Amino acid sequence: MPVSVRLPTVLRPHAAGQSVVEASPGTVGAIVTELVGRFPGMKGNLLTDSGELQRFVNIYVNDEDIRYLDKADTAVADGAELTILPAVAGGLA
Amino acid sequence: MLTLPLDVYHDIVAQALDEAPLECCGLLAGDPETGQVHRYFRCTNAAASARIYTVEARDQLRATRRAEDDGFEVIGVLHSHTHTPPYPSHTDITQAPDPTWHYAIVSLADAEPSLRSFRIADGTVTEETVLVAAG
Repeated sequence: MPVSVRLPTVLRPHAAGQSVVEASPGTVGAIVTELVGRFPGMKGNLLTDSGELQRFVNIYVNDEDIRYLDKADTAVADGAELTILPAVAGGLA
Repeated sequence: MLTLPLDVYHDIVAQALDEAPLECCGLLAGDPETGQVHRYFRCTNAAASARIYTVEARDQLRATRRAEDDGFEVIGVLHSHTHTPPYPSHTDITQAPDPTWHYAIVSLADAEPSLRSFRIADGTVTEETVLVAAG
């Protein structure tokens, strides 16, 4: 069973307007790489120039923030759900 | 235009006052086509700061799911300025995640709280009308 990847509104234009796309099970890092391969327009939103996950993106596997799991190495099993949301921050600093 | 139900407006002001002198934050759920807000989700400011805010990531997921369950979307974010006017800071502008969102700011700088809302796209800030409507 594939992994369901839920995309935020800001990424949907890069995926022909889809809000959910499928990906192969694996690690979060591998799934992001797969997404960027299929939808190159997402690259700048998801990855830094050096290929790390962007800081201003929140990624969840089955409702758990991957920062509290194994970050990009977090395993995403068959049938799991991966959610991507933009991190929301601001202020005077 | 951003339209806020009166109870949402009151909840926002109450949260800003409760959490001052720290900045508060929350997410606006509603109709992305019209800017009508239907629900407001208070979120934890993970930065716990009087100068910056970060919407706590798990609060954001919870708000997003609940909004979608109700047939809405998260259409914007609210944060407070406790000592400065309600206008986006440089950080607010550079970190604005979605050009379709509404960026609302409630200010406690004056005796009466004031709320303004902005669209931020490609670094350009445009103020929009805020309507607070009963019902």
